Amino acid sequence: MSVTKRYLLAAAAAVLLIGLTFIIPSFTSYQLAIVCAYLCGIAGLTLLTGAGGQLSLGQAALMAAGAYSYALSANAMADAGAEGPLLLLVPLAAAVFGAAVLGLAVGLAAGRLHGPYLAGFTMALVVALPAVTSTFSSVLGGDQGLWITVEKRPTALRGIVSTEAWQAWLAVICSVLVLTLLANLLHGRFGRHLRAVRDNPVAAALAGINPARTKITAFVISSAAAGMGGGLLAYTTQSAGPGAYSLVFSLFLLMAAVVGGIGSLTGAVWGALLLVALPHLISTATSRLELSADLSQRLDGNLAVAVFGAVLILVVLLAPQGIQGLLVRAGGRLRPPPSASLPPRSTEPAPPSPATAPSRIPAPSGQLPATPKGQ
Amino acid sequence: MDRFLFLTFDGLARGAVLAAFALSLVLIWRAARIVNFAQGAMAVAATYVAFTVTAVTGSYWAGLAAALVAGFLIGAVVERGVMRFVGNTSPLNPVIAGLGLLMLIQAVLGMVFGNAYRTMVTPFSSDPVEMFGITVFSSYDLFVFACIAVLVGGLVLLFTKTPLGLRLRASAFAPDLARLLGVRTPRMLTLGWALSSALGALAALLVIPTELGLNPHAADAVFVYAFTVAVIGGLDSPAGAVLGGLAVGVLLSWVSGYWGATLAPVAILVLLLAVLLVRPGGIFSLAKERTA
Amino acid sequence: MTGGLVLEGVTAGYGSVPVLHGINLSVEKGSITAVVGANGAGKTTLLRTVTGQLRPTAGSIRLGTGKDLTRVPVEEMVRHGVALVPEGRGVITELTVEENLRLGGLWRKDRRAAAAMLTRTYELFEPLDRRRKAAGHQLSGGERQMLALGRALMAAPALLLLDEPSLGLAPKVTAQILGMLRRLRDDTGLTVLLIEQNVRSALTVADHGVVLNLGRIVASRAAAELAEDTDLRHTYLGF
Repeated sequence: MSVTKRYLLAAAAAVLLIGLTFIIPSFTSYQLAIVCAYLCGIAGLTLLTGAGGQLSLGQAALMAAGAYSYALSANAMADAGAEGPLLLLVPLAAAVFGAAVLGLAVGLAAGRLHGPYLAGFTMALVVALPAVTSTFSSVLGGDQGLWITVEKRPTALRGIVSTEAWQAWLAVICSVLVLTLLANLLHGRFGRHLRAVRDNPVAAALAGINPARTKITAFVISSAAAGMGGGLLAYTTQSAGPGAYSLVFSLFLLMAAVVGGIGSLTGAVWGALLLVALPHLISTATSRLELSADLSQRLDGNLAVAVFGAVLILVVLLAPQGIQGLLVRAGGRLRPPPSASLPPRSTEPAPPSPATAPSRIPAPSGQLPATPKGQ
Repeated sequence: MDRFLFLTFDGLARGAVLAAFALSLVLIWRAARIVNFAQGAMAVAATYVAFTVTAVTGSYWAGLAAALVAGFLIGAVVERGVMRFVGNTSPLNPVIAGLGLLMLIQAVLGMVFGNAYRTMVTPFSSDPVEMFGITVFSSYDLFVFACIAVLVGGLVLLFTKTPLGLRLRASAFAPDLARLLGVRTPRMLTLGWALSSALGALAALLVIPTELGLNPHAADAVFVYAFTVAVIGGLDSPAGAVLGGLAVGVLLSWVSGYWGATLAPVAILVLLLAVLLVRPGGIFSLAKERTA
Repeated sequence: MTGGLVLEGVTAGYGSVPVLHGINLSVEKGSITAVVGANGAGKTTLLRTVTGQLRPTAGSIRLGTGKDLTRVPVEEMVRHGVALVPEGRGVITELTVEENLRLGGLWRKDRRAAAAMLTRTYELFEPLDRRRKAAGHQLSGGERQMLALGRALMAAPALLLLDEPSLGLAPKVTAQILGMLRRLRDDTGLTVLLIEQNVRSALTVADHGVVLNLGRIVASRAAAELAEDTDLRHTYLGF
């Protein structure tokens, strides 16, 4: 897909989704905003883990960095009497910047790590988050977190759209922006370098690519995307607190990236949708069942996590290319034989060359029913 | 000085738990080259079994035995049911599968037992006792030491002195060769997971009642601490896990004692960062294990 | 019993590419058979197929007893009397000499027989006796080869397979180890299948010689006869 086509597609998607907010109920608009916020974080993981082969469990902490940056800058500006678009755009920029700075620090430390070591280190980052917020509780508000003064929708729009629809507009525009930028990066020189480093760091270094710098850059970009997601969440929920950015949330983001189809930004979209839709569907279903208060309280939340966990295991075992991989394969089957050899293009920028196919995580499909270890 | 000594010895007891948990990670790493991210959740599941058995029978000791048996079985089931089928085409796949298990186990525990904290009984008091004029250990600390010493000692004997241990080590070091020599390596792998999981269960059972409180997420922090220990000590080094565990335990105890318990995770993060930046090769292991 | 090992029409390879094409081979019980051939002739593939590490796509592999090995899992081979000395020795370097040896006899239910075997192995390989507690990685190449051979013998095999035992060893050590094979054949009636690139020494020690070329057997004769066939040597073995 050419860059122009990508921009047209992005613009079309944004217009379509914004148009959608006029039809759907305001709660659904709110959910759309949340999907878009999550999508930023998940798409960052797609770049870092899918293309870069670095598994991070710290994405929630980086989104938290974005949310807190948003909160601190927005509140400070509001105290100083700022208002208007500036009170929206500066905090969002701060969110991206704040997360990117933390990402740089993490990347510098973790750039040399791989696989389980990196996962463990970033997990420590997330687990330490509540401790950090309570240590600096005078600034970060401790366990309660911060309430945020947010810039409401412009006066001119107040008669036309609801608060939720406006939140969705903002989130749609920001996430489309993030996705387009990430797609450009992934399909450009940086993406090639990143995959080269993932597949063979020594060969990449011999080809003149600096593996450490490439990995750290990937960390910073992924963190900036997460920061945008955190900023959007902060704006939408008008708060930033440690409870929302727990280890479980990090696992959710990773689950979404993997189940959607790691390495594919379209997969990130499926993952983000699943992440919001599935718990909603499950709680709708359980509320119909008229369960006892105790039981429904226990099922609440847990059932969705259990399903996510089970889905994650099944995807790793049976379909390592995730939903997007399944769709591509289904699409390939529907086509007449001559074109079947070409990877079908979907709504999202598809890989321009075989080299961009996600090759690290997914196993070659012939090897899926893995034999016991040691054979 | 009294306080310093108490914190140090208390830290050693806590460190023994970390050492045991880190050792359980090392056992799986050596047997399967997998860092098992579900280890904490598996151990908590076994602790819930102990909690239930103790509640039904009224005996702590029955609960202890049940935790060991449950840990053993959970480890075997996880290996036979999931991990065996995770291809090793990518080093990330086992990690992701482990995380899936972590979510699944925690959620199932939450559904069965609820997310609320449960109080667990301990067989001994955790108040410090006075010895030789200074207060150092609580009787519970001594109990923790004894349990871990017995189990770890037992494992050391099993691995180094018995034919079964020889088979386990051979299939960990050289699985293909071991098979040619008639070792049924798939069984050894299952057994390795089961033993490791039982050890993890013991560690969780010992630390949860006094430090964490029983809830589905109780072992998240313990896993992170133990992982830090493994990074410091080296995932390939059982001795490194034990020494690193004791050292980290003491450090955590000092930090909590002098600056407050909330700082412990931050201290761990700083320690991890320091080790990775200053000595990325770790203290006991080879650098090539952790960088690509 | 006509032979220690009988291969009939064995075809095997990696993926869809066959390396061995319809191999027919019979190894006499109580004899030493050497399979020689250039690099890439399929010698190691042949051993991997016999030991079950690689499954044949066609043909059968039977022991002299009639036992079909084609479906026997690798870890059960030793229980049917098949032991392998793998290429590059295959000593488990993290374990001690004694542990490596014990491992060889571990499958046997009869502990006392295994202990007796350990004593005999130490008698047979004196240098190992002196280094019981040494770790595998501390041994010299010759000691490692002795250890690998001793470990295979600990399994009390009826059929011993060796993959390039002379590789990287001094000629003197090679002669010592190959000489030991002859003694074992004479003393215990052991059947030996030996894969060697070192054609000269292999044919000196063997009773029967087989030349493998591009996955096919091109000659199978008494070893002494084979060694004297200059044409064959020039064509396939390059000397």
